[in-house]
Amino acid sequence: MSVTKSLPHDAARLHVTGAARYVDDVPTPSGTLSLAFGLSTVAHGDIVSMDLDAVRAAPGVVAVLTADDLPFANDCSPSAHDEPLLATGTVHYIGQQVFLVVATNHLAARKAARLGKIEYLEKPALLSIDDAMAADSRFEDGPRVYVKGDVEAALARAAHVVEGSMELGGQEHFYLEGQAALALPQEGGDMIVQSSTQHPTEIQHKVAEALGLPMNAVRVEIRRMGGGFGGKESQGNALAVACAVAARLTGKPCKMRYDRDDDMIITGKRHDFRIEYRAGFDDEGRIAGVEFTQFCRCGWAQDLSLPVADRAMLHADNAYNLPACRITSHRLKTNTQSATAYRGFGGPQGMVGIERVVDHIAHVLGRDPLDVRRVNFYRAMAEASDASSGGISEPKMVRSAHHDLTSRGAADDVVMDADMLVPGPEVQTTPYHMPVEDFVLHEMLAELEVSSDYRARRAAVTAWNADNPLLKRGISLTPVKFGISFTLTHLNQAGALVHVYQDGSIHMNHGGTEMGQGLFQKVAQVAAARFGVDVGHVKITATDTAKVPNTSATAASSGSDLNGMAVKAACDEIRERMAGFLAAEHQAVASEVRFEDGMVHVGGESMTFADAAARTYAGRVSLSATGFYATPKITWDRIKGAGRPFFYFAYGAAVTEVVLDTLTGENRILRCDILHDAGASLNPGIDIGQVEGGYVQGAGWLTMEELVWDDKGRLRTHAPSTYKIPACSDRPAVFNVKLWEGGRNREDTIYRSKAVGEPPFMLGISALMALSDAVSACGDIYPALDAPATPERLLAAVTRVRGSMK
Amino acid sequence: MSQIAFLLNGDPVCLTDVTPTTTLLDWLRESRGLKGTKEGCNEGDCGACTVMVTDGSGARAVNACILFLPQLHGRAVRTVEGIAGPDGALHPVQQAMIDLNGSQCGFCTPGFIVSMATAHLNGRSDFNDQLAGNLCRCTGYAPIVRAAEAAAGADVPGWMVEDLAKLDGVMGSQNPSYIPASADELAAWYVAHPDGVLVGGATDVGLWVTKGLRDLPELAFVAGIEELRGIEIGEDEVRIGASTSMTDVGAAMADLHPDFAEMTRRYGSVQVRNAATIGGNIANGSPIGDSPPALIALGATLHLRKGDTRREMLLEDFFIEYGKQDRAKGEFVEAVSFKRQPDRLKCYKLSKRFDQDISAVCGCFYISVLEGKVAEARIAFGGMAGTPKRAAHVEAALVGKTWSSETVASAWDAWEQDFTPMSDMRASAAYRLETARNMLTRYFLEDIGASARVLEVTP
Repeated sequence: MSVTKSLPHDAARLHVTGAARYVDDVPTPSGTLSLAFGLSTVAHGDIVSMDLDAVRAAPGVVAVLTADDLPFANDCSPSAHDEPLLATGTVHYIGQQVFLVVATNHLAARKAARLGKIEYLEKPALLSIDDAMAADSRFEDGPRVYVKGDVEAALARAAHVVEGSMELGGQEHFYLEGQAALALPQEGGDMIVQSSTQHPTEIQHKVAEALGLPMNAVRVEIRRMGGGFGGKESQGNALAVACAVAARLTGKPCKMRYDRDDDMIITGKRHDFRIEYRAGFDDEGRIAGVEFTQFCRCGWAQDLSLPVADRAMLHADNAYNLPACRITSHRLKTNTQSATAYRGFGGPQGMVGIERVVDHIAHVLGRDPLDVRRVNFYRAMAEASDASSGGISEPKMVRSAHHDLTSRGAADDVVMDADMLVPGPEVQTTPYHMPVEDFVLHEMLAELEVSSDYRARRAAVTAWNADNPLLKRGISLTPVKFGISFTLTHLNQAGALVHVYQDGSIHMNHGGTEMGQGLFQKVAQVAAARFGVDVGHVKITATDTAKVPNTSATAASSGSDLNGMAVKAACDEIRERMAGFLAAEHQAVASEVRFEDGMVHVGGESMTFADAAARTYAGRVSLSATGFYATPKITWDRIKGAGRPFFYFAYGAAVTEVVLDTLTGENRILRCDILHDAGASLNPGIDIGQVEGGYVQGAGWLTMEELVWDDKGRLRTHAPSTYKIPACSDRPAVFNVKLWEGGRNREDTIYRSKAVGEPPFMLGISALMALSDAVSACGDIYPALDAPATPERLLAAVTRVRGSMK
Repeated sequence: MSQIAFLLNGDPVCLTDVTPTTTLLDWLRESRGLKGTKEGCNEGDCGACTVMVTDGSGARAVNACILFLPQLHGRAVRTVEGIAGPDGALHPVQQAMIDLNGSQCGFCTPGFIVSMATAHLNGRSDFNDQLAGNLCRCTGYAPIVRAAEAAAGADVPGWMVEDLAKLDGVMGSQNPSYIPASADELAAWYVAHPDGVLVGGATDVGLWVTKGLRDLPELAFVAGIEELRGIEIGEDEVRIGASTSMTDVGAAMADLHPDFAEMTRRYGSVQVRNAATIGGNIANGSPIGDSPPALIALGATLHLRKGDTRREMLLEDFFIEYGKQDRAKGEFVEAVSFKRQPDRLKCYKLSKRFDQDISAVCGCFYISVLEGKVAEARIAFGGMAGTPKRAAHVEAALVGKTWSSETVASAWDAWEQDFTPMSDMRASAAYRLETARNMLTRYFLEDIGASARVLEVTP
């Protein structure tokens, strides 16, 4: 069967020969115009005057547009209608789009865009978390608070209490392909848009609004992105809308791509956080209660910040049972880029918070952090049986009138009156009252502890540190438990369209987008398995809003879970029709018709799949079907902080060992051992790629990737010359990555697999904790390391810890 | 009529009326419709646009985004489209990348393929270095290195080595005016065009165009001038021609001053070092370096020429202040030289990332010790001032003293007399000063045999 096979990425051959097409590679009709934005140069101010004469006069310029020139909606927000395509009166960050240049080529547009003379009346800019807190500048009317149990009482009773605060930097996506879009005007005002987007339906929706058209007049297509990582869930809206508006105005195809510096200056990044904590625990390190305050810097517009901040709260427990817990979340509005989705969607930030707490506790008690982690783990599942099919009642929805259905950013418009689940006494619950029924980290850790030789290496690290005054080693094992499902419940749906042609070839389409994660291949493997044919029979096609409508973003790791099930449903529909027809023809039983190894077996006869398709067609039976899937069992009240937001959890654990130079803070990851739970993997080769890549990206976030803004609000790290993502030699010198053989989703997911896009990112937390461990070898006090742990921050921590020894 | 002539994927190309600042990347994608070569950053830092350029000195990977078309004159270039055989047969690195899941989103892949194929052709297996100039955000690099290793033993396909033989047929017509054929021609041209710009590898000037969007005055492309290229290692002196690539500088330093070579290994990337010239690195007056501090620590002399007039000076005297060098209009760097001397040089390049990162601080030390006392100290830094600068007060605090940790500590106050560094996105002033001090400690500890480098620690 094609599922579970490590087949290469479907486009691998196109990738390595340079033949794979991205938006900017699509051949365009002659006369295609290029666009560039003129950007604001102050972080906050009113536009006093705009002199665009030089822009208009520049060579190659065809048109220059400001907000007043836009025919319909001036908005590219995925949530609160607070992101004008072009600024109206006031600018809110350095890099905001103020005017739009339409020119005959990319370079001409870029050059002209720099010629605008805009006068501003500057206003005070809120740049930092402290600025925003002081001004009470926030989204929503106050902080969100999730509570479980009596935290104050737990802290008061606890034998020990630690408290602290940590800063957590943001992260630039650095997809290798920058944002890009192409709009091709059609007859009757219709528009076709090619967009490098994780969310074609959102592009369709925003383009339709901007053109004053219904969604059926706009078709959005995307074959592949050159990386997304969340950065193309909403950040492509501006380019697509601009292209569509300019194409409508000029009647010419219009194309736009950001130069890398513009891309980094304009678009949102991972939210940076400050996390304050207070935790009470016993002599073994068992947590009785913990209080978190999360400060989340959201930037100037709401975008997807509310659900990002929610997810940070939802991962404040990670793998640990917190009997009493209060999580307070401040969503702060600042005059900086509007922070957006990024792999993990707030989960990593929340998870770093609790990992920091556990690490701190272990330091206070002088215990191995692994032992403290273990005593706090959720209880293991008593029996490994699959989950029952039963669920809880369907949620009731209440909606405000003005409402954006497409995006998870509009979370505040949807309130669900979730049932509070009442689990049996043996089941532990998360801080948001969801029973943890599939906890497998006890087994996984037992395996990883041995395979990584953790205990012996811990002893070797200690011995090394005793002998080496300059170079210190550190080691850490951290677990991941990540919730799978969109927390905006209605987005957990997917559609598919499958055709079987009369020659037996199969055309597959679904709502998911390909950004390199191998989704298309995994889903094609599902389709091939349903028909019992080789995956080569399945044609993978571009995501297209005209084929599958109302798609959710390919996000939240949901791609194969949702689209795999939708494609399966479509294939099974066709298969049942074929079986029914062929069985009738052969006086056989439809349920006994088998599709295997490229053959269809019916009654005593066997025929090729192609023959079976031809016969079914000749019998005037439809060989085309749509498929649909909606994730069961989930319900969530984000205001109350209660329900079952997640269908299941994905798990993993990593051991990282580092060496640290205490003269400069330079460091290396020496070795990393990972055991990851992808359930019954659809494609182990592709899934291991997600784990390896996720780890390196996660470690990059917490170590070398540093975003620096100056005191005017200018981003100073806006190109790879100044913003450093991990390079080849930064991967662990020894890198042992394994999928957990015991993995099998107890929930009824596609072939019992588990989502694998985001969870491995958080395995990188072990690198930060290993560095902290190395610093702690320099003295007695807790290193209290902030992230990213750049050489500079590490040296400061070393100095702090050493100072305590004097 | 002057033309730019080169081979593209084995086929001759002749271009007339070329704007000399047209980048190879833009030309490939927009004029030739070859879309396999990608733009990732347009500044030579991501490698998505990597192409292979071959001439008599061999095949090397370079970044097409900051390579101007005249730099290809008389050379052969292969893009990703020319890495597979004419009949579509895959190159061994391509097949290995498919088999070992080396691509995910695929956007960086063409650049990796060209870097890998070039390394394969050159028999290089130091993949961390060969691929340091190619960024990948998806894979975490492990499967790419596995693929490079898997393909290492395979034969080089025939089409990869055919370019050199075909090159002779390409040339013939005269050079375009902006490509001087000799140092004399250059000298005359520069006197006649004192506001012109000399282009070596274009790893800096390229960004004036792609990022600064500047219209440049008249250009002269100097990297092809044989007399300005090469390294003479004499009995008493080492002389490096200004157009010598940083790749060649690094190779020549491996035996003489291994730490200079090690620092060069981390200077830019393979692609950048293949294009960048040491003359450009000096003449552009960057306050960071990285070769000026190393050369200053070696006591290097700079050789300048204007017309037929030549002069020389200590390299450290060339750098007057930020953005200002002791170079007259029409005067150019001909060579840099330093005396043969025992290897007491250590170079400490400090950055957020080890590979392909501009230094926050680059400290280069040459301290000789005679009978337990410091006989001579030349300490030079990049990243600590508006220019590459010697630590004169620190040197004075050391010379004549017993070579000991106490002496190192006694120089503490001298550091602040020498340097008042600035804070920027790479590091704070305080960190720069603290690590500069610590580098002297490292030099001392290494000198007495301590292990003091994380890069030398194995798992």
